[in-house]
Amino acid sequence: MAFLQAFGSYLPSRIVRNEDIGAMVGSTAEWIFNVSGIEERRFAADGETVADMGAQAARDCLASVGFVANHLGMLLVSSGSSERRFPGPAAGVAHRLGLDSVPAIDLPLASAGSLFGMALAGRLASAQGNVLVVAAEKMSSVVLKRPMNPSTAVLFGDGAGACLVSADAGFARIVDSALYTDGAFSEDLKLELDAPLEMNGRTVILQASRKIPRAIAQVLQKNECAATDVGCFLMHQANQNLTVRVAEALGVAAGKFYSNIRSLGNTSSASMLIAAAEWQRAAGFEKDVPVVFATFGAGFHWGALLSVGG
Amino acid sequence: MSRQAQITEIIRTFSKKNMSPDPDESLFDSGLLDSFALPDVLSALEKAFSIKIPDSDLNPRKFDSIARIESYIESRL
Repeated sequence: MAFLQAFGSYLPSRIVRNEDIGAMVGSTAEWIFNVSGIEERRFAADGETVADMGAQAARDCLASVGFVANHLGMLLVSSGSSERRFPGPAAGVAHRLGLDSVPAIDLPLASAGSLFGMALAGRLASAQGNVLVVAAEKMSSVVLKRPMNPSTAVLFGDGAGACLVSADAGFARIVDSALYTDGAFSEDLKLELDAPLEMNGRTVILQASRKIPRAIAQVLQKNECAATDVGCFLMHQANQNLTVRVAEALGVAAGKFYSNIRSLGNTSSASMLIAAAEWQRAAGFEKDVPVVFATFGAGFHWGALLSVGG
Repeated sequence: MSRQAQITEIIRTFSKKNMSPDPDESLFDSGLLDSFALPDVLSALEKAFSIKIPDSDLNPRKFDSIARIESYIESRL
């Protein structure tokens, strides 16, 4: 058994509104909002790295429960926007936290990385002790690369989130998770080395519209939980229109899905943990109330995780 | 009602546009379909023609015109 013990987040201070990014790519602020539900996003400073942001989110997460970093048994760091091939940001985050011997593993899965990290942490905690999952993305360095693609450049933002998973105690229990990968569509959303992000948006939306609700329904059904009993859905913040569609497919109100995409855009793997940290501060887990995490991203990798407040 | 007419009716329902596209006209380029209407259209096609569209076939290019949709449906019947 494993528990969610804390969440944390970090957002760069620079706010980029639709008018600003729209002027760069020849789109209007209204068009960007209509296709995505996004009004603004954060961009990191030029010298700010994925590991810098990840470490900030990690500190925020650990500080929220007074946890000392050197009590960690493992660090899992998700990022699809790392600055180099290797070493990945996991080593950099560990170093910034003052860790010199804790195993730190990179999960270069892009958007689905935080959910895969949480699920893995839940299964590893009994052997490794406390596992810190960090997801950090500097998507501005990807989407601002020339030639810019108007349809993707407007969607993304920068930020980082973190989640502490413990084998002993926490505010919620990880009940179950379901993880999936289908490499048949790996060409439809990809980031080649030194090339702009490529996304076949129609295929992504079509696949995500079916796969996300199905993954959620499967993990709920397996654990005899109804979608209507779930207190909150914390989903990857990809597109508000997609979130509404997933809610409709599950037969629940869209308001049950926590959303911050209007102010932060799509921060890839970081988005779900940033959303979780914000939600936990604003409302948070209630005893015996289920909360579902879900994501979908390049690969395609997707899945869902069921937790229950305790 | 012909199969093409049935398909057109379903597309009109979910696009909320009373257009009559040519069988080979791109539904995306003509503005009849967008990324978020397509999943609904495919679900309605599954129901109307009693077929199952597997995830491996969920490629928008297969459903970009009335003719392509009709051809796909015939392949699944």
